[in-house]
Amino acid sequence: MEILRLATAGSVDDGKSTLIGRLLYDSKTLFEDQLEAAELASIRMGEENINLALITDGLRAEREQGITIDVAYRYFATQNRKFIIADTPGHIQYTRNMVTGASTADLALVLVDVRNGVLEQSKRHAFLSSMLGVPHLTLCVNKMDLVDYDKEAFEAVKAEFREFATRLNIADLTVIPISALHGDNVVNRSETMNWYEGPSLLHHLDELHIASDRNLVDARFPVQYVLRPRSDKHHDYRGYGGQIASGVFKVGDEVMILPSGFTTTISEIRSPENDIELENHIDNEGKDEGAESANIKGGKVEEAFSPMSVTISLADDLDVSRGDMICRPNNQPNIVQDIDAMICWMDSDSNFSLGKTYAFKHTTKWVRAKAIDLNYRLDVNTLHRQEDVTALKLNDIGRIQLRATAPIFVDEYQRNRATGSFILVDESNNRTVAAGMIRK
Amino acid sequence: MSHLRALEAESIHIIREVAAEFERPVLLCSGGKDSLVMLHLAFKAFWPCNLPFEIMHVDTGHNFSEVIEFRDRLVKEKNIRLVVASVQEAIDTGLVVEEPGPNTSRNRLQTKTLLNAIEKNGFDAVFGGGRRDEEKARAKERVFSFRDEFGQWDPKNQRPELWSLYNGKHKKGEHIRVFPISNWTELDIWEYVKLENIELPNIYYAHRREVFERDSMLLAVSPFVELLDTEESFEAQVRYRTIGDATCTGAVESAAKTVDDIILEVAATRITERGATRADDKFSEAAMEDRKKEGYF
Repeated sequence: MEILRLATAGSVDDGKSTLIGRLLYDSKTLFEDQLEAAELASIRMGEENINLALITDGLRAEREQGITIDVAYRYFATQNRKFIIADTPGHIQYTRNMVTGASTADLALVLVDVRNGVLEQSKRHAFLSSMLGVPHLTLCVNKMDLVDYDKEAFEAVKAEFREFATRLNIADLTVIPISALHGDNVVNRSETMNWYEGPSLLHHLDELHIASDRNLVDARFPVQYVLRPRSDKHHDYRGYGGQIASGVFKVGDEVMILPSGFTTTISEIRSPENDIELENHIDNEGKDEGAESANIKGGKVEEAFSPMSVTISLADDLDVSRGDMICRPNNQPNIVQDIDAMICWMDSDSNFSLGKTYAFKHTTKWVRAKAIDLNYRLDVNTLHRQEDVTALKLNDIGRIQLRATAPIFVDEYQRNRATGSFILVDESNNRTVAAGMIRK
Repeated sequence: MSHLRALEAESIHIIREVAAEFERPVLLCSGGKDSLVMLHLAFKAFWPCNLPFEIMHVDTGHNFSEVIEFRDRLVKEKNIRLVVASVQEAIDTGLVVEEPGPNTSRNRLQTKTLLNAIEKNGFDAVFGGGRRDEEKARAKERVFSFRDEFGQWDPKNQRPELWSLYNGKHKKGEHIRVFPISNWTELDIWEYVKLENIELPNIYYAHRREVFERDSMLLAVSPFVELLDTEESFEAQVRYRTIGDATCTGAVESAAKTVDDIILEVAATRITERGATRADDKFSEAAMEDRKKEGYF
């Protein structure tokens, strides 16, 4: 069973909560006590019907104001897949939440009301998904019941959206006509829309091919933690723990360590997947119950790939520490100090301002970076570039230039999300103020 | 990659990130399944080294004896350094005041006891086994969750958290709560327990026990609770879905004696584990949110 992470964005008006509520309910993930709690809260708020938004809006302030403030994570599973939904509010003042939800998503779910066509908000969601490198986009044309399940109405919205999508970098677009309220094409195929020959939404989510979305070409291993036990049993052991950012590593591979540039070979890879040894368990009274308990032995594997968390040992004794990068000599990331990037500003109390130095985290490495230039601010509704700006404020997206205090090892974000992304942190208050995507 | 292996890889990444970036992390361990899975993942993350941090048990004094025995044996076998933050000691020294009455819960007293232990030991990162599927306030919490110098959580002012780039920066006196198994569900936990043969306290499996009914939950008869006149105890076949303070953790009637039985049971259930077994969440609609803001785990 694979995991598929999806990001949804939208407001109650689009029927997003109804849709999520239905996916959860029909996949038997919505529990009776949750439903009961939402029902009670709905009555208390004087609502006629049960408000499914109250299930996802977990904070008191959200329920009181009837709005979604933050990203909420929801889980459901089918026989095939485990789904993690990052559910975010759709209004422009929540751009940063949408960016957060999209940052790890395999698929973005955009909802439109068939009566309204493609509004600014939907375009913004599609644009942000494409900028964040979400590989799949699914447009649900909702409220088909309100146009008598009319094919022409659906086709018009679909054509309008496809026209807009040609301006974006979207690898895979699927458009599905649904009625979240009545359940048409959500879990089961609609009987009232015989003209639609595609899958239901859940079937699409379940069958979508995602294994090839990962970058398995560029071998990148940011060193996270050095394991040196210095114990009698493992006296000479030295391993480098980390999560493979992209690509495949095999025992015997020739590798290069950055920044030193030394080359060596991989002598051993140990993976948590293969490291369990069973032993008979002796209980308190010293009586052997015969039950087995697990003992971890650090199992060896021949190869490892992204996103496995493994421990790699090298043939030569080199100086390797956290923040270094292991790659292949013939396929290296760019070693840069000057960074050209798109950022989303996420802080309400400060602006991105030129000349200021921020803490900068990229893979497992912290450096500092100075704001050198602001090329333009991007209007996320019109995609217009506004060049006469001097600062970026909350929810603004812009292209910037940074100068880092030490070299970092990067790839273009659209090719490699793990080695192309970074965050900026304000050192005066330690808040995460921006998310960045490296252009080159 | 299977979902359990993907979750495992994510959790190990988080645990290593904490060990690399903090001075003095500690792992909270109640002896419950979530904390034991987290501990198992920590051993994997650092093999063949010892754990680079201690584990801490916030002990209300109202424990299931099976769980305490399990804890002590585990600590001995695995050579773990254990810190006990004792609610009883906090009461004795006047740090907290126990509410009067025969049937008060020490659940809320845990928060002050925990914060005091964090301050006293200088812990700067505290691993918790919280999962986002457990409760609606937890669904909103970050993996790295900032706490101010009073241990408070401000849900409306959380740091954005993107990709797997965690920001653990903090000033002296502040700390970060870290939730490595945020994305696991109750079913994932049980499937992983099976996959990895993780040993759990035996009260998770069906057994016969003297219980009584209160607030539509089955509570164990123990020295820590007094039965009211209207309450009557009886023997039933039960198991625990969560393990907490014995005075407010309910048992469920169940015949599930093995991990496989439990997986079937969990897959079929229509009530969340906290809804079924925790009186502490029933005070109000936002009970968990309110306790979390004060510093609860």
